[in-house]
Amino acid sequence: MSQNQKPKIAFFDFTSCEGCQLTVVDSLQTHPELLQVVEIVQFREAMTERGEDYLVAFIEGSCTRESDEARLKAIRQQAAVVVALGTCAHLGGVNSLKALHPLDEVRRYVYADRADWYETYDARPIEAVIPVDFAIPGCPIDRNEFVACVKALLLGKKPPIPDYPVCVECKLKENTCLFTRGKVCLGPVTRAGCDAICPTYGQSCEACRGFITNPNDSSMRDVLAQHGLSVDQVTSMYTMFTTYQVREKLMQAEASGR
Amino acid sequence: MSTRIDVHHVTRVEGHGNIVVGIANGKLEECRFDVVETPRFFEAMLRGRPYQEASHITSRICGICATGHATTSLRACEKALGILPSDQTVLLRKLSFHGEILDSHVLHVYMLVAPDFLGVGSVIPLASSHPEVVLRALRMKKLAGDLCAAVSGRHTHPIAMTVGGFTHFPKPGELESLRKRLEDCRADVDATIELCASLPWPQFERDTEYVSLTRPDEYAFIDGEIVTSDGTRLPIEDYRQVTNEYLVQHSSAKFTRHQRESLMVGALARFNNNHAQLHPRAKAAAVALGLTPKVTNTFLNTAAQAVEIVHCVEDAIQVIDQLLERGITPEEPVPPTKMGGEGVGACEVPRGILIHHYWIGEDGKLTGANCIIPTNQNIANLEGDMRTLVPQILHKPAEKIRLDLEMLVRAYDPCISCSVHVAKLERP
Repeated sequence: MSQNQKPKIAFFDFTSCEGCQLTVVDSLQTHPELLQVVEIVQFREAMTERGEDYLVAFIEGSCTRESDEARLKAIRQQAAVVVALGTCAHLGGVNSLKALHPLDEVRRYVYADRADWYETYDARPIEAVIPVDFAIPGCPIDRNEFVACVKALLLGKKPPIPDYPVCVECKLKENTCLFTRGKVCLGPVTRAGCDAICPTYGQSCEACRGFITNPNDSSMRDVLAQHGLSVDQVTSMYTMFTTYQVREKLMQAEASGR
Repeated sequence: MSTRIDVHHVTRVEGHGNIVVGIANGKLEECRFDVVETPRFFEAMLRGRPYQEASHITSRICGICATGHATTSLRACEKALGILPSDQTVLLRKLSFHGEILDSHVLHVYMLVAPDFLGVGSVIPLASSHPEVVLRALRMKKLAGDLCAAVSGRHTHPIAMTVGGFTHFPKPGELESLRKRLEDCRADVDATIELCASLPWPQFERDTEYVSLTRPDEYAFIDGEIVTSDGTRLPIEDYRQVTNEYLVQHSSAKFTRHQRESLMVGALARFNNNHAQLHPRAKAAAVALGLTPKVTNTFLNTAAQAVEIVHCVEDAIQVIDQLLERGITPEEPVPPTKMGGEGVGACEVPRGILIHHYWIGEDGKLTGANCIIPTNQNIANLEGDMRTLVPQILHKPAEKIRLDLEMLVRAYDPCISCSVHVAKLERP
């Protein structure tokens, strides 16, 4: 706590587009009172002032190189609470698409014979490097959900992240189901909390918030197949933001001999 | 006597960059801008993905210019697949594009640059010392975001934009209310120009080659030809003649040069090349700010952004009028006329010219991609500016030199996480 009793919070970024931090800045448009209840001591994208005595650390971005691990560990050591902010930090996100190709080949494709100049490894969620207390999912995070999570943390409560599928919110919005409009969607297996924004705007849910705890995967795949998707296309949908999780699951299945 | 300026992770810019300047016995020995952002490899990751995903993946290159990346990506796909979008699609894209330019420029002028002039480290102390300025910025930013949201669901990352058209359409009532807010916003826009006119912009001149898109019919943001202030004019498909990317070890972003040692893209380049096509109110704002092309003071890139704020507000009103007059028709996206091919998309995103070049196979999956990012094109010019500026300010205390250099970096409004997944060198 600072002298004025406001908890000190800090924002950090690793491999990402920094869109989640921009969403944080945007949340001030509708919730300027946030600045009265917390003290931001570090937020490189928006401020020069810098303090190291933060209580809560919000981390955006995946870890994509070994040399970033020390910085993550230092943040963990300081912060009482570490929050993964957005899909890259929470799940690996689009950064983990890199893992679908051999790493050396990816490096040469972009940096040719100078590939050795630039350090990289397969993208991972920050939880693969340090313990994480909470995650605010989404690519990008939902502004209202972020505000609700900050309020919960200030009250010493667990952030209210739903564990039911996007379909629930989509139905509450009275949207016409995309499957009945000749489209496909990952809403049945994806964690809600985004107010079903993609289906509402006519696009398939792409599972940017990750899967619910017990998704009915085989049913989901059957439904996608019934709607004309090839195995290849289903894999594509399943890997856009969640390559890391899909691979982990495959590896676990292999290890258990299934 | 020797001085060393080492700014680790410059603040109030997008992404991670370091300023390294070494001065010994009054001579500049070392002068670099290190891009230390993690490499991101988007071009490699796009391969094997269906073309329909490309705009959704590449909008994730950048949270600030997500709509710009998405639009450029859609144009690349549409050119590769022989798709001609409808007039309504063109207007809706233009509207959300204006929203993004406004959002990004307001963020840069008010939250990233203004604190330097007001002697504070961020916009946060300004919330208590200059609340009306901060509230004005937040008001304008909200309007910009709402403009994007009405068209494509949200600014970061747009949802309803798709190859060949849109999957959602704004209602006339939404557009009418946005039009009203844009008109009401003129007072805030005027106050922005007044604020910029009152700021003591650093004196600095260094002429360079200013590169932008240009169009015969309007101030170019989407599509057009490449034009440079040194007289080169090229179709966008020949972008490599201008960009000439090369690698340097201190940067995970590639560098570019054309006819001189470096080139500059962004609001100042657009203003210098296309000012005649600005809205009359934007031209008046340029006069109020003392900007007469060609402007060669890099610090005034931010002032040129303020001029574009005026232009985008006025042009957005005109675009809404056109849409309301035509009426909004929910229409299916235009389908491809062929499957497979090569296409180049180009847009003027907030920080300058952005190019996406895709190769799409007959199965509809990308086989290759090349993205040329504005910030990459500016880094060599930034270093050229640093080499010119440092000898002129050597007499100042180290802290002041450091601040001047940080302000110079910020003038470019660099978008560093964008810049580091840069192009492959050869076509597949």
